[in-house]
Amino acid sequence: MTIFQLRDFMYHNILPFQLELAAGQVISLSGPSGSGKTMLLRALCDLDPHLGELRLEEDLCQDTPPHLWRRQVGFLAAETSWWFPTVGEHFSNCDLTRLAELGFSEATLGWDIHRLSAGEKQRLGLLRLLQNQPRILLLDEPTTNLDSVNQQRVEQLLTNWCQREQGAIIWVTHDCVQRRRIADVHFDIVDNQIQEVRL
Amino acid sequence: MAVIALSPADLALAGILVLLLALLAFRMRLGMGWQIVIASLRATVQLLLIGMVLKAVFANVQLVWLVLIGLFMLLVGAREVLQRQQRPFRGHWGFTIGATAMLVPSFTLTALSLIAMIGIEPWYEPQYAIPLLGMLLGNTMSGIAIGLDRFTQTVWQQRAIVETRLALGARCGEAVLEARRDSIRSGLIPIINSMSVAGLVALPGMMTGQILAGSPPLEAVKYQLLIFFLIACSTGFGTIAAVWTASRRLFDERSRLRLDRLGSLRSNSH
Repeated sequence: MTIFQLRDFMYHNILPFQLELAAGQVISLSGPSGSGKTMLLRALCDLDPHLGELRLEEDLCQDTPPHLWRRQVGFLAAETSWWFPTVGEHFSNCDLTRLAELGFSEATLGWDIHRLSAGEKQRLGLLRLLQNQPRILLLDEPTTNLDSVNQQRVEQLLTNWCQREQGAIIWVTHDCVQRRRIADVHFDIVDNQIQEVRL
Repeated sequence: MAVIALSPADLALAGILVLLLALLAFRMRLGMGWQIVIASLRATVQLLLIGMVLKAVFANVQLVWLVLIGLFMLLVGAREVLQRQQRPFRGHWGFTIGATAMLVPSFTLTALSLIAMIGIEPWYEPQYAIPLLGMLLGNTMSGIAIGLDRFTQTVWQQRAIVETRLALGARCGEAVLEARRDSIRSGLIPIINSMSVAGLVALPGMMTGQILAGSPPLEAVKYQLLIFFLIACSTGFGTIAAVWTASRRLFDERSRLRLDRLGSLRSNSH
């Protein structure tokens, strides 16, 4: 069942393309830096403008209030931002099971945000995003700062999430091995075009 | 007690002191010797001109003159707000936001105080209306300039945070909530400070003027209080309106942060 659909989708200088994501599907996206991967994710969560049709289940992007769209189409930037003094203030209903699955404990919520390492920020940023109960996840290199143990934890959590919630993920990564491991369909951005590739 | 008139010689004496200050500034290479001279000359010419204008207007009590002078002050003030912005809005917005936010509270409160509080006949008697409007416009202008500058600068610097909050499903108002509050607060700090220390450190300027002109101190105090309250309201409403409008203008209809609507950074020499 298709839950996320792009028809004649255009943004920035990328040529129009079609894309469909089925419930439970993960696709990987790669391309040289500056090719527009991050811009695609930003356009999909409507932080940047796009042309063409963008649909989540029955709802057209432009007919959905922007804040509701972004709660359902969750974008995780490569670098997450934190603005309150402690971690916990960024969470309204933190799932303690998931916190533990990523190697944290309840005490983490009391941590000073200035203490966080890049990897901790990345993992906590993902948990913060999942609170909104999104239908689609747009992940911009979500495991770049992680050691192999934590990388595995994140991949495991996301794979489980995708199956259980019947969501879908667009996962930007450069790591070929990871691409094969997490996704069944792969896309590359080459010369302003998005094309499916076989790995 | 009558006002003791100042002769040109009295003023020249004070002017010589300023020249001495400018000379010292040259010697110390403060880089503002000429600025001191030019500012003093500007003040002299501008005040003499406005003095003559006021003399003419006081002699012809007509609403149209008052409105013209008020509009002139407003336009100069709005331009000054724009000048003080490090990242002003592009297009007419930089000017319009400041002008509208100054216009509405200053003019309304001036009219209200003339009609309902001071109760002079006719209410547009320029001897009362112009100084009142001038004080309200001047203070409102400062509040708006500070508030707007602080707001656009903060959002510019916190772009990543604002966009993260949007991505997490915040409405645009929520995404810049703290920036909005802090900017409004910083616009209001000067008037709150003046009210807090009024009379303890220095006598407020208008009250000093009235006392020098021979008013009984308590009458001067009452006018000063009226002015303080009006300034606080006008600055407060004006700054809130300006920052609020700016925060709407920084987002488009799809709640996207639109920093491209701000001009590039310019050095702030004020």
